Amino acid sequence: MSYLEYTVKSTPTGLRKILFLNWPLTVLLSSVACVGFLMLYSVAGGSFKPWAEPQMKRFAVGLVLMVAIGMTPIWFWRSIALFCYGITVILLIAVDLFGEEGKGAQRWIDLGFMRLQPSELMKITLVMFLAAYYDWLPPEKKSRPLWVLLPIAIILLPTALVIQQPALGTSLLLVMAGGGIMFLAGVHWAYFAAVITSGVGLIVTVFQSRETSWQLLNNYQYRRIDTFIDPSADPLGAGYHITQSKIALGSGGWTGRGFMQGPQSRLNFLPEKHTDFIFTTLAEEFGFVGGISLLAIYLLVIFFCIASALANRDRFSSLLILGIALNFFLFFSVNMAMVMGLIPVVGVPLPLVSYGGSAMLVLMLAFGLVQSAHVHRPR
Amino acid sequence: MKRKNADHEANQSLMSRRALVVGGLQFVLVGGLAARMRHLQINEADQFRTLAEENRIKFKLIPPARGEVFDRNGVQLAQNVPNYQIKMVREDTRDVEAVIARLSQIIDLDEETIERAVALIKRSAPFHPITITDNVTWEDISRVSVNAPALPGVTPEVGLSRVYPLGSDFAHILGYVGPVSDYDMKRIDDPDPLLRIPRFQIGKVGVEAKEEIRLRGSAGSKQVEVNAAGREMRELGRREGKPGANIQLTIDSKLQNYLQARLDGESASAVVIDCETGDLVAIGSAPTYDPNLFVSGISVADYRELTENKFRPLASKAVQGTYPPGSIFKMITAMAALEDGIIGPDDTVRCNGHLEVADRKFHCWKRSGHGSVDLKNSLKRSCDVYYYDLALKVGIEKISTMANVFGLGVRHNVEMSAVARGLTPTKAWKKRVHDKDWVIGDTVNASIGQGDMLASPLQLAVMTARLATGREVTPRLVKSVDGIEQASDAGTPLKVDQNNLKKMRQAMFAVVNDRGGTANKSRITIDKMRMAGKTGTSQVRNISAAERRTGVVRNEDLPWERRDHALFVDFAPADNPKYAVAVIVEHGGGGSTAAAPIARDITLQALYDGPPPLEAYPSKDRGRIRSQQKRLAKMRPMAKTRDDDKA
Repeated sequence: MSYLEYTVKSTPTGLRKILFLNWPLTVLLSSVACVGFLMLYSVAGGSFKPWAEPQMKRFAVGLVLMVAIGMTPIWFWRSIALFCYGITVILLIAVDLFGEEGKGAQRWIDLGFMRLQPSELMKITLVMFLAAYYDWLPPEKKSRPLWVLLPIAIILLPTALVIQQPALGTSLLLVMAGGGIMFLAGVHWAYFAAVITSGVGLIVTVFQSRETSWQLLNNYQYRRIDTFIDPSADPLGAGYHITQSKIALGSGGWTGRGFMQGPQSRLNFLPEKHTDFIFTTLAEEFGFVGGISLLAIYLLVIFFCIASALANRDRFSSLLILGIALNFFLFFSVNMAMVMGLIPVVGVPLPLVSYGGSAMLVLMLAFGLVQSAHVHRPR
Repeated sequence: MKRKNADHEANQSLMSRRALVVGGLQFVLVGGLAARMRHLQINEADQFRTLAEENRIKFKLIPPARGEVFDRNGVQLAQNVPNYQIKMVREDTRDVEAVIARLSQIIDLDEETIERAVALIKRSAPFHPITITDNVTWEDISRVSVNAPALPGVTPEVGLSRVYPLGSDFAHILGYVGPVSDYDMKRIDDPDPLLRIPRFQIGKVGVEAKEEIRLRGSAGSKQVEVNAAGREMRELGRREGKPGANIQLTIDSKLQNYLQARLDGESASAVVIDCETGDLVAIGSAPTYDPNLFVSGISVADYRELTENKFRPLASKAVQGTYPPGSIFKMITAMAALEDGIIGPDDTVRCNGHLEVADRKFHCWKRSGHGSVDLKNSLKRSCDVYYYDLALKVGIEKISTMANVFGLGVRHNVEMSAVARGLTPTKAWKKRVHDKDWVIGDTVNASIGQGDMLASPLQLAVMTARLATGREVTPRLVKSVDGIEQASDAGTPLKVDQNNLKKMRQAMFAVVNDRGGTANKSRITIDKMRMAGKTGTSQVRNISAAERRTGVVRNEDLPWERRDHALFVDFAPADNPKYAVAVIVEHGGGGSTAAAPIARDITLQALYDGPPPLEAYPSKDRGRIRSQQKRLAKMRPMAKTRDDDKA
């Protein structure tokens, strides 16, 4: 059932829409970004260059973008969801063919003024398209096998393209976010149980087969998995960074060593101190209090999103908001778990804090959609 | 519309429930993250803060001891010996040049070593210990230790280096180790952190390379606290690695030593295989080289000498070299014909000295011809025409298939480098590779192991063992790994008529033991040790019609590269085969004169597990054999011993 079937009592029009934006959310996002500027200023040794200044400019652009998207009617975004998805898939294919390879293998297209990573964009357009799909699909059909296979294909097509790059972390996030939306849309839980069971079964089988006559992978592939799961097996490679990260984090204590007082010499060992490992610096300089505060802000962002989604009676809007919130959650939780040595190192930045253009703009774009859904909700 | 609304409401509330489930899950996970943060920052804060402030912790990789290699009797073939090294860690040293300059005043360092070390240090990660020099004396080590305060980041360490005590005897089998190169890193695609240690040694060729993973073991690591100069203060944690597995080969080092000594001076190779188990008891190739030279880095001059030698000392000819098997292949042609039933063992063919096929004359090596010959006589006197005739009747496809049954044209699974597959040509092969049709002359050539037919000494030894036992003998080189015996089996019976095999064996017995047999001069005269075999002489050039008219040029008058290869295979004792042997002397001339005596000596040495009694030889050879035995007993492999170093 679509938006137009509701009785729209009062939808704000024109510039008045600004008053109806989800302001608490906007404030929260801005404060996260400010934490980011602060940390980038600190890792640069007390300088706005080379990271904090461009990051601020990007955030300003992002903020404008968010408001602009937020004031565009949500039904417009729904109607172009398929188009957006298609374009992103084409971009993904294009980067696989002609894209430039950065370190860490994420590929981008140079647009002149910025480098666009289509895999980042995919996280949002996938959510959009799936939300539109479930909005279009009559609810009684949602658990029929054919109508379950279709969204699975929608998720796996870009995932396969991203794995090619190869960006394992991003592709896992795509699958988790896509699966999450299917779950939220109400697909029967037995499907999820089946997928999880067979996934676990497959992993167990692969490991059971090790050193038997029917071994499924090559020996070196097993050893690569070993190092991935347990980085301390490779203390001079992956394990080295994790340990340094844990030391920096742990030495922060309750209140940290104070702004710009973290022993930067140690952090020089971290190759990604201004991107993926920036949380380490925060936790070292502001301690447990600082870390938990950032976590709390993140949690509030999620909370406001869920609240907005539950209050919204339009199916596309709710699903879209929940999907974006889930994506946001996956971003920061995977990054933090990685920095704290809970999961293997996969290249996922800390949202709105890590230095990086694509990720920030794409996130602001996503929150623009959340704002649009909020402003144009049926009343 | 109402129904629709109800549906919508139900759907909406399902979504709300699911949203709450997902939201709740997110809260729980965030709680987990917070707990972890608390654990790291509050509970373990003191520990981490100490580590961060007073000292630094470091991870050190503990390289595992590489597995050692033994022969079948436990004689050590590859071992690790302690080696004092001086290492440097860049991040502790800071001013690398100054410290090296100071170091060179304390111990003797030549320009080249310094240059190489500095280059390596600059290229490697700052925390990797780099070996500046190795094989230093104990005095140097103590001097460095005494001056430690002036040498930050420099530490003396004991490493292990690889030594091959039997040196050149096992060069072709074991190969050697050397430092990982960029090329290796690309080639092996192995994430093992050990490979990133500068100058870490891995197997380059031979068993060392093929069994690399098992020999290498896995790295351990330790977490140590170091002071500002990089010296270890305290060990915080340790994770044991796994030393490499010890590997025992099926080779008998005593026989191997004899075989290499016997082949010395020729460009030749030989294989001895145990007919009962398939164990490879000796695999020799001459000339050979000292693998110890490669371990510490071979000099350019030495290397050039090895690569430019026309006898190709670096090639393991026994498994890598492929040669036209010549008359040795006649056994296969005959087996194909007998199995096909087109001829019986007693049927005769008339040899006039040549056979005319499609307007072309194919000659027998004996111009006057052999007259009427049956299987036994044809093999004994190595008549060519008999086999031309058989091959024309049975066809190349069946011959080629039979060759595969006996292990020719098949890559045997032996843990050495570049084991050759050889070639058993078929019509389809020629079409595919040369894009030409098979002509009848090709079949005629193939019947006596010429033309495109190619086999390695290893394959010929396997073939002989299969002929001798009638079973599918499979070669085995690794006997046990860490004491665990590796699979071996006597092999299933070959799918051929055992009666035909018996006839073959009788014919091969006649080749050696009957008067007039081509290898009669190289017979064994002790009855219970008698051997059966077959000579082969394979041409490496075409004999033109003109040359035939004027008389074929004698081998001795040709330049070395154009002389025939001499081949011989045998098994003994003939009535209860224990060993099968294949010998190839490159450009050695005739199989009966150049290869058969070598094969007999090796066979006897294997049967008697040492020098055989002189009664085993025909009486007129005994004097010569006695002096030969004396001479060979003195020959020791060339190996750099530890004493050489000190001298």
